[in-house]
Amino acid sequence: MVHSTHSGSNRIAGAGRLTPAKTVRFTFDGQNLTGLEGDTLASALLANGIHLVGRSFKYHRPRGILSAGSEEPNALVDIERDKSRKQPNVRATVQEIYDGLKAKSQNRWPSLTFDIGAINDVFSPMLPAGFYYKTFMWPKFAWKTIYEPKIRAAAGLGVVPGEPDTDRYSNRFAHCDLLVVGAGAAGLAAALSAASTGAQVILCDEQPEVGGALRYESDVRIDGITGYEWATATYAKLRGMDNVQVLTRTTAFGYYAQNFVGLVERISDHLSRPAADMPRERLWQVRAKKVILATGAIERHMVFANNDRPGILLASAARLFLNQYGVAVGRKVGVYTANDSAYAAAVDLKCAGVDVPVIVDTRENPSSAIIDKARSHGIEVLTGHAVYSAGGKRRISSISVKRNNGGNERKIAVDALIMSAGWTPSVHLFSQSRGKVAWDAANERFLPGTYAQDCISVGACNGTDNLQAAIDEALTAGGGQTSAIVATGGTNWIAGMIGSAPGAEADTTVKAFVDFQNDVTAKDVRLAVREGMHSIEHIKRFTTNGMATDQGKTSNLHGLAIAAEALDKPIPSVGLTTFRAPFTPVTFGAIVNHARHGLFDPTRRTPMHDWHEAQGAPFEDVGQWKRAWYYPQAGEDMRAAVNRECVAVRNQAGIFDASTLGKIEVVGPDAAKFLELLYTNPWEKLGVGRCRYGIMLREDGFIYDDGVVGRLAEGRFHVTTTTGGAPRVMHHMEDYLQTEFPHLNVWLTSTTEQWAVIAVQGPKAREIIAPLIEGIDLSNEAMPHMSVREGKICGVPTRLFRMSFTGEAGYEINVPADYGKAVWEAVYEQGKPFGLTPYGTETMHVLRAEKGYIIVGQDTDGTVTPQDAGLTWAIGKNKTDYVGIRGLLRRDLVSDGRKQLVGLKTVDPKVVLEEGAQIVANPNQPVPMTMIGHVTSSYWSENCGRSIALALVIDGTKRLGERLYVPMPNGVIEVEVTGMVFFDEKGERLNG
Amino acid sequence: MLLIKCPYCEEERPELEFRNAGEAHLVRNSSIIEQSDEDFASYLYFRQNPKGLQFERWRHIHGCGRFFNAVRDSVSDKFLTVYKAGEPKPDVDALLSANALQESAPIKKRAPRTKKAEL
Amino acid sequence: MVEVSQVKRLHPLQVGHAGILSVSVTLAGNATRISLRAREDAVPALSKALGLTLPTRPKTTASKGDRSALWIGPDEWLIIDNAESSLIADLGKVKVLHSAVDISHRNVGILVSGKGAAAVINGGCPQDLSLAAFPVGAASRTVLGKIEIVLWRLSENEFRVECWRSFSAYAYGFLQESARDVAV
Repeated sequence: MVHSTHSGSNRIAGAGRLTPAKTVRFTFDGQNLTGLEGDTLASALLANGIHLVGRSFKYHRPRGILSAGSEEPNALVDIERDKSRKQPNVRATVQEIYDGLKAKSQNRWPSLTFDIGAINDVFSPMLPAGFYYKTFMWPKFAWKTIYEPKIRAAAGLGVVPGEPDTDRYSNRFAHCDLLVVGAGAAGLAAALSAASTGAQVILCDEQPEVGGALRYESDVRIDGITGYEWATATYAKLRGMDNVQVLTRTTAFGYYAQNFVGLVERISDHLSRPAADMPRERLWQVRAKKVILATGAIERHMVFANNDRPGILLASAARLFLNQYGVAVGRKVGVYTANDSAYAAAVDLKCAGVDVPVIVDTRENPSSAIIDKARSHGIEVLTGHAVYSAGGKRRISSISVKRNNGGNERKIAVDALIMSAGWTPSVHLFSQSRGKVAWDAANERFLPGTYAQDCISVGACNGTDNLQAAIDEALTAGGGQTSAIVATGGTNWIAGMIGSAPGAEADTTVKAFVDFQNDVTAKDVRLAVREGMHSIEHIKRFTTNGMATDQGKTSNLHGLAIAAEALDKPIPSVGLTTFRAPFTPVTFGAIVNHARHGLFDPTRRTPMHDWHEAQGAPFEDVGQWKRAWYYPQAGEDMRAAVNRECVAVRNQAGIFDASTLGKIEVVGPDAAKFLELLYTNPWEKLGVGRCRYGIMLREDGFIYDDGVVGRLAEGRFHVTTTTGGAPRVMHHMEDYLQTEFPHLNVWLTSTTEQWAVIAVQGPKAREIIAPLIEGIDLSNEAMPHMSVREGKICGVPTRLFRMSFTGEAGYEINVPADYGKAVWEAVYEQGKPFGLTPYGTETMHVLRAEKGYIIVGQDTDGTVTPQDAGLTWAIGKNKTDYVGIRGLLRRDLVSDGRKQLVGLKTVDPKVVLEEGAQIVANPNQPVPMTMIGHVTSSYWSENCGRSIALALVIDGTKRLGERLYVPMPNGVIEVEVTGMVFFDEKGERLNG
Repeated sequence: MLLIKCPYCEEERPELEFRNAGEAHLVRNSSIIEQSDEDFASYLYFRQNPKGLQFERWRHIHGCGRFFNAVRDSVSDKFLTVYKAGEPKPDVDALLSANALQESAPIKKRAPRTKKAEL
Repeated sequence: MVEVSQVKRLHPLQVGHAGILSVSVTLAGNATRISLRAREDAVPALSKALGLTLPTRPKTTASKGDRSALWIGPDEWLIIDNAESSLIADLGKVKVLHSAVDISHRNVGILVSGKGAAAVINGGCPQDLSLAAFPVGAASRTVLGKIEIVLWRLSENEFRVECWRSFSAYAYGFLQESARDVAV
């Protein structure tokens, strides 16, 4: 045995496919190590003789590397590029090394070799399955505050990074005729066959290289070359085809309805210095007409005492480490098996110069060519024997071998043990697709049974046990006319055992692990049955078997078999738990992909946004919109700014950006008829050029939205909605138009963003805008309150509304949005000499509250009728139909005891109530008090010189003048119930 | 993500373009104001919500904008058919038997496999 | 007082170069746009007024000179013309039952062009953009990330994305981000 010195003492010269000269430096727990380009962290650690890589979840037992693939339950490490790019729970068997890679072991303190938590292993008889559930029940509060935090700190796996992730992630929607999952022999053959028909094919594989088992099956020959050569050549051929996309390092993690499959492509996790533009991962959302699953099979471990010692690996993993990476997992490697496939691994190791002292086979009289071959290589084969226990703690040092039924023990020194209990077809994706698995009793495995989608399984995942048969099956599934592919050799995927091995049976107390990641032993599964769990779903939850991040890829069948034995039931009647996405863990980054930072959610800005920003206005978020909140001048706080703005509007004039209001153009000869049906108000008789405030109800009679509607022509209305309500009002209107009133000749078009809206409000409003307007007579007689005209402002078209949400005379100037900023600036310049003051949403809120104008969604909450809101006047008295007319007649909507909107004045005018505060009639009643209402709007009104508030109060309109109370943490506030109008009660100012 | 056929666009489109709009074939009474409390309550509130085939409304809101109806199996999520708003309820039994004929072919049962090697 | 004649259309997006990606993301110029609604029987008269045949098959478009009509729904078209257009006046004369609403300023056009343009769009649009499913000249309202767009294929490797103006910064940012990914 010749050792290469550069990249680890266990690297065997001449073995594997990596280039000895291409060394890569990395660290593990601070130790400087060297591997080779193409190594996984696992292969590089093993090459350096490191088997101990982590501590187990519950008992803190030393753990090593079990597998060489994504099924790995044990070797979970923390990979850190920098403070923000830190990934816990990375499987060392999946992570490729790069120059400078920093890996750390997890779940140990203070160090991996000396871990204080390992005390749990000593006390393990006291920590059986269900221990935590049963022990930490009292006192009740302590679970959340004491027990759970402590237990979680002691258990758990990696540590979540504390900094935001700086990596980029991306997304791609893709469509194809065929998606092939898995690029082993079957997947490659299927893709080749399908590609020959010209079909659009996507082939993905979670490994960096295609080939699957062909990467380690040294005995395979396909079309005259080795299996690996064939895989590489086929890969090159497929990559050269325009209609084929091959994605390596890409895991199909979820199979959803209608052949929608989620893939994650790992783009830069294997690179030392990823380019700045390179995403770390790309989510592929693939819609395939057809899916071929070629996901292979996963080898199971043997369940025996101390089967979790570092140095104990799956046989196929040892073979891959040797044949792909040139790494021997030990120098004296024992073999423990219940089937033939481990023999091939033993022979490969032996031929590479590794000492293989013994093959222990639980079968009594197995016979096959590979067994003879092993014997001919001088390996001792003990059939009808079992490994009763493994010696050593941080690394296996020996195995104790007995006959199956006991007898004398023989101790054999080893520094590694490779094992195989058989193969579990990987039916995860098939099961996710809602296909039903069927139990293959003869071979003790679940296989694809009934399909739910246009999907087919080929190869080992389909229980096709022979390489030639798998390839033939795949060629047929691909649907193409390719020439036959001749294959020999390969793994025999059938045979083996499930459940506990001899020595770990029902009456034993040994620690024979079923689920390594969640520390579940055969004994735990039996305990669950004894405690009354009879369904596998209950057993799983009680023991947590198969519930770790590896989803029980190696453990599920063992657990099921042990449970079935304990229940004395056949396996299918105990059931298999459902496989769910994701197949392997998926990062949040991949799921979120582009939707971060500026793309997290659209930020909507009005055409005048930059102007507001330049004035130093803070913005208020209203849905996705940014609205100018107030415009502070030097030295002003918010309250001072708002007070100044409020006074300016009432005394001179204010300018306000109302562009976010929803707008819908309703066009057609039946436009008025349609609005009659959608609003409580009458519209037929509204004159052209006039406006009306409208209320929209839902069918149940409650207020849905409100806004001013202007009639531009007989058959053309300009409807406004609330800012937040715009999309749902449009949807609501379309719904009724299309499905209830399709006979009406009318169409709806959203024009929210066509128009920039500049509100100019206040006694000077007309004087300010008049010089800019062309073609519109602004006089009170020609253009009274609540009218609309079309003309020009600053030379561009305008829809000029005379309307008010402030109680002052005023205008809302609509101009095409691209002109909004220029017109705004022109109006502002024009108004400056008149004291025109920009005001924001806060002042708008105060001014409208002074007038008792409601805001839908603030003063109403989806349970308020027009009557409750004091808007009975807005209901057309003679109407026989509109949406909500019947709802309003419901008994509970017209009876006494409803909450009605009223004004509130605090007895102390300086006190401003809190919005949302509850109102009671008697503050001296015992707690919990009977609450009779709540404050919906509350402000300091500089114009009134006092605080004002609106509130919903039970039978509020009958309580005018009554004293009510608002209990707050600092004392009770006394209030008087008033009308809703606090300023200019007669509304004289509107007419300027 | 489902694929939904829009009867107006005449092709299947991704679910992201659609919005579900509840149960279909609820008829708003033309003289709703005279409707009894009981009838109005059943129109306003009571829904079938069956396990299995249900008639439901969808809107291709980010597509052609049209409302249409669909028959979908609430268990398997499979659409049996879609049809335009205003069209009558389809004959589900006829559709089911036609579908069964069509689908009997592609349903795949696994082929017989080699038996476990002798232990 | 300001000179009234100086008011120019201000594009909501003020962006610089598209970078050195294989796919460029640029702004389309100002345009006149109409949302046109009508039933089938009005199509001949409207076509005549517009000077092009309104498409009546789903996902199709018709163009003549600077003027194009995109089928959006069974009674809906998006008409796009160059900035100085008689479009609105042309439709104003039509007497048949229809609705024409000026949405010139509501929408913003973004052009995505270059090899891989479809992949860039597919970074956030779930539709099948293969030439078989979405041929040159096809158009459809759909989604891009979290917003609604109208997507129009001008050539194999050139798309026009139309969105509402306040979503244009999002659309532009999204397409830029996706173009960076496709360039990898």
